Amino acid sequence: MTVANTSNEALRERIQKAITHQKRPTVTVLSSLLAVQDEIGYIPDVAIEEVAKFTDTTLNDVWGVASFYKNFRFTPPSAHTVEVCWGPTCHLVGATKVMTELMGHLGLKDEGDTADKKLTLRFNTCLGACSQAPVISVDHHLWGKVTPERACKLADKARESGPKHH
Amino acid sequence: MPTYAELKARADKQWQDLTAGDRPWIRVGTALCGQAAGGVEVVEALKKTAEAKGIKVTVDEVGCIGMCYAEPLVDIQKPGESRLFFKNVSADDVPALLESYLVKNQIPTGKVFGYLGAKPIAGAPNIADMPQWKLQNRIALRNAGTTAPDDIFQYIANNGFAALNKALTEMKPADVIQQMIDSGLRGRGGAAFPTGTKWSFLVKNTSPVKYILCNCEEGDPGAYNDKGILESDPYTLVEGLLLAGYATGSSNGIIFVRHGHDGPIDRAEMAVKQAYENGLLGKNILGTSFTFNIEVALTGDSYVAGEETALMEAIEGHRSMPRSRPPFPAAFGVWGKPSNINNVKSLSYAPEIILKGAQWFSSIGVNKSKGTAIVCLSGAIKYPGWYEIPMGLSLSQVINVIGGGPPSGKKVKLLQTGGPLGGVLDANSLNIKIDFEEMSAAGAILGSGGIIIADEDTCAVDLTRVLVAFCQYESCGKCFPCRLGMTHLLEFVERITKLEGRPADLAMMESVGKNMQAGSLCGHGQLGFNPIRSALKFFGSDFKMHIEQKKCPTGSCGKPIISPRNTRPYAEMARDDRQPIQVASKASK
Ligand SMILES: Cc1cc2nc3c(=O)[nH]c(=O)nc-3n(C[C@H](O)[C@H](O)[C@H](O)COP(=O)(O)O)c2cc1C
Ligand code: SF4
Ligand code: FES
Repeated sequence: MTVANTSNEALRERIQKAITHQKRPTVTVLSSLLAVQDEIGYIPDVAIEEVAKFTDTTLNDVWGVASFYKNFRFTPPSAHTVEVCWGPTCHLVGATKVMTELMGHLGLKDEGDTADKKLTLRFNTCLGACSQAPVISVDHHLWGKVTPERACKLADKARESGPKHH
Repeated sequence: MPTYAELKARADKQWQDLTAGDRPWIRVGTALCGQAAGGVEVVEALKKTAEAKGIKVTVDEVGCIGMCYAEPLVDIQKPGESRLFFKNVSADDVPALLESYLVKNQIPTGKVFGYLGAKPIAGAPNIADMPQWKLQNRIALRNAGTTAPDDIFQYIANNGFAALNKALTEMKPADVIQQMIDSGLRGRGGAAFPTGTKWSFLVKNTSPVKYILCNCEEGDPGAYNDKGILESDPYTLVEGLLLAGYATGSSNGIIFVRHGHDGPIDRAEMAVKQAYENGLLGKNILGTSFTFNIEVALTGDSYVAGEETALMEAIEGHRSMPRSRPPFPAAFGVWGKPSNINNVKSLSYAPEIILKGAQWFSSIGVNKSKGTAIVCLSGAIKYPGWYEIPMGLSLSQVINVIGGGPPSGKKVKLLQTGGPLGGVLDANSLNIKIDFEEMSAAGAILGSGGIIIADEDTCAVDLTRVLVAFCQYESCGKCFPCRLGMTHLLEFVERITKLEGRPADLAMMESVGKNMQAGSLCGHGQLGFNPIRSALKFFGSDFKMHIEQKKCPTGSCGKPIISPRNTRPYAEMARDDRQPIQVASKASK
């Protein structure tokens, strides 16, 4: 119990700090949630509470925003994140194969976390480097002209490296 | 507060040192495309190798010069010489490259792309003679890939902020607006509304606080030119915002980018910071009485956040759902204040228009489409990249001459233009001109400039499924016809790609599409049927074959498919360990 409480308090403090130290001048429910997402990679319940308090809004308001934007998640992410673009350009030049083989390689049936929680797979509508399609990103670094094999290799490499810092 | 002349003198000196000083200047594009091609690793290798070999060089990370197909491009300019570009350089190539060109003074073969500049370099072709360069007219992109996006003095050395200085010292705000109107510039965000006229709406409002909003949501897959400008030359956008602010009597600007696009965000923030440091933002800009502030704001992942009223909701921190209009933004915008919203490209044209005059700009282009278009070519094309071309070139010139056509000699089957809500065209449409009216008459739009090319190996139905999946995924859900209509359309198209389509499906899709067009609040739902409508127009027989003969002409359909859905996994939102949260909220206060 005590251990859980301490880590919960530590988490709360990190969240408060992220919310109160935003570098952009306009502070809103959304900007606060983005600050939390950047700091710890997800939006735990305490973050909803803290953002509601800080912005003087209701829990419902904060949940409404958090559940709307697709970059927010509500459980801790895996150590690393691989995103695969499924935009039309990437689709045309082989994204489906990259997605299918990555899912098979990681033991996943859809986007989500691997069983060992070392990797999160996400699909992205466009990573913004269409001229290098098919594109994936590993912990936000883009890789273009990927083959299924190269994508699996890049994912493995990330998996084997140490934890990423948020 | 430095004067413009002081800034310019300092910038010129720095530029002189860079280009004609005592060390070679190396530039590598590390915009999103350059990063994906491996540019970041090449920059590291360049710095390491130069140090190990004791070669004194300046290495700058720049944006993208547009020829993404040759990336990573290493651009080396020896003092007083032209720039020599090396193509598709990997980190492993770097030591040999530096050794031969900088130590032995020989031009290595194999990796040479070409030279750019007044002095020819023997053995290298002139990039200016290549169709990819020759057919361009670079206005908004004049500095892209050339000046460092994190050094405001490189921008100033290339006439940056001269337009602002001219406007502040020689022109009244009304003159600036008149120039913009006379230039014929129309918005590049999709609707093609005249930019100067839009600015004039804001002038009429006398509120003390007014906003200029810059839309860099750019969620259209296939288009990366707005992000490209932020990454390649954010200063030109900052100057455009300043001009819009001066012309309309506004004191606040917001550049609005999607969270997660770190490169464009970082470079925009750096540009704003440096503008403040040099008296180009804030109070008494360039020693005049003009005050203007800019901030960079982020949205979460949402395509509809690019719709102008949804964008204002997002800035205010809410869900990015469109507001009903009227009231229009010029009367009631962000935080209820009068606002003007422009696309990145629209604003980025302003400095050159003010500097060179409306006449100069309106002499470029055709009919009611003045100036240039910035097109992003991707898909089945030999030379994918982004190119700034005068309006009026034909699609064929753009795709076959600049883009080199599909690789390995295949035929063009289909073009997808203007983002998923735009439309598709077939190969017979290649003689259409890049012209707002001509494109929309053909059933497509220029939109944000993305052109995705598919060759004969592509199944039109399969591609339509992906476009429809995108529109379903991105519906904001505020209104029923769009939310449910998109889901229905996706179900139909998925059924057809699984070769399980029914004869009545086509008519039913038409009917859903009509309701969406009539009953949706914003362009997303109103145009949500476009991908299917245009595909049926040109490739109706493909659909019929799938439905009637249960056959796909290219063999890509009939397999299990992946269509990401805009639904949260139930388990994530309602996991069993979730405790009721206790907090003092407004509702209970
Ligand atoms: C669903 C939807 C998404 C849009 N996304 C963008 C976008 O990403 N960028 C953009 O500049 N305009 C976008 N627009 C158009 C804007 O609403 C607006 O017309 C534009 O930003 C105005 O700028 P302009 O006059 O300079 O073209 C979108 C419109 C709709 C309906
Ligand atoms: S048309 Fe679609 S995207 Fe637009 S407001 Fe309605 S539900 Fe949202
Ligand atoms: S469509 Fe994949 S990066 Fe744009």
